[in-house]
Amino acid sequence: MVSLSQYLMFAAILFGLGVAGIMINRKNIIVLMMSIELILLAVNTNFVAFSHFLNNNTGQIFVFFILTVAAAEAAIGLAILVVIYRHKGTIDVEKLDLLKG
Amino acid sequence: MMSIAQLFFYVSAAVAVISGFMVVISKNPVRAVLFLVLAFFATAGIWMLLEAEFLALILVLVYVGAVMTLFLFVVMMLHIDWIVHRKAFVRYLPVGLCVALLTVGLSIRMLGPSHFNLANVAAPAAKPADYSNIADLGAVLYTDYAYPFEIAALLLLTAIIAAISLTHRRPKGRKQQEVSAQIAVRRQDRVHLIKMPSEKKR
Repeated sequence: MVSLSQYLMFAAILFGLGVAGIMINRKNIIVLMMSIELILLAVNTNFVAFSHFLNNNTGQIFVFFILTVAAAEAAIGLAILVVIYRHKGTIDVEKLDLLKG
Repeated sequence: MMSIAQLFFYVSAAVAVISGFMVVISKNPVRAVLFLVLAFFATAGIWMLLEAEFLALILVLVYVGAVMTLFLFVVMMLHIDWIVHRKAFVRYLPVGLCVALLTVGLSIRMLGPSHFNLANVAAPAAKPADYSNIADLGAVLYTDYAYPFEIAALLLLTAIIAAISLTHRRPKGRKQQEVSAQIAVRRQDRVHLIKMPSEKKR
């Protein structure tokens, strides 16, 4: 049998990869969004694992809604990305300093 | 001796972790998207092992089928020079590695076998043969969670409208009727009565 800690460690490693991706790829919004997808995948795996081991399907319902929100987020994020590219001709994060943040 | 479930878990986890790593480091964004698809497939396998069949299928159908295709389309639509991005990669590599190692290390310290092994959290009893994960989820989704379900539907509608209205461009140079302009036209716009003296017959 595979224990709960193995699933949780797998999810932790995926989460760490996603965080590293966000830290490292400062130049490219698309890879940033893909790293966010990795992080969401890790979190969802945690939910599913606990749902299985606690014999309670609330976790799976939660994952269902997280997937919905993540799909909406990806669609709107990519739409904004396309609009930015049309206006500025680049998706380089460091050149998107219009707000002077 | 490894059981089949363990073997499946280790293979899927290894595939998911390696492809996640390739997503982060790959130079070519198309390749990164394809590795992300592979990671999703491997994780869907792990969810199958956790008896979340419906979510595993949803992950493959909706995520790989729709969202990742959207990513691929956007990557291919934008013409971007990806090679110059290496410099920043090296620059932020140490801090990224530090944060990632810290996160993973602390998580594994907390979630490791000392707290969540099979002795502490026993594996659940096997479900009966006629158990249906989809029926089980649907029974609560349409009763206890009906209101959040409707909100999720509205959220998706909002996302559709937002994405379309953000990216939609008015067609240029298309020959089509403008009914409102046709109705709003007045006599003065079309007919000009000009006063001029009548000419003499020769």
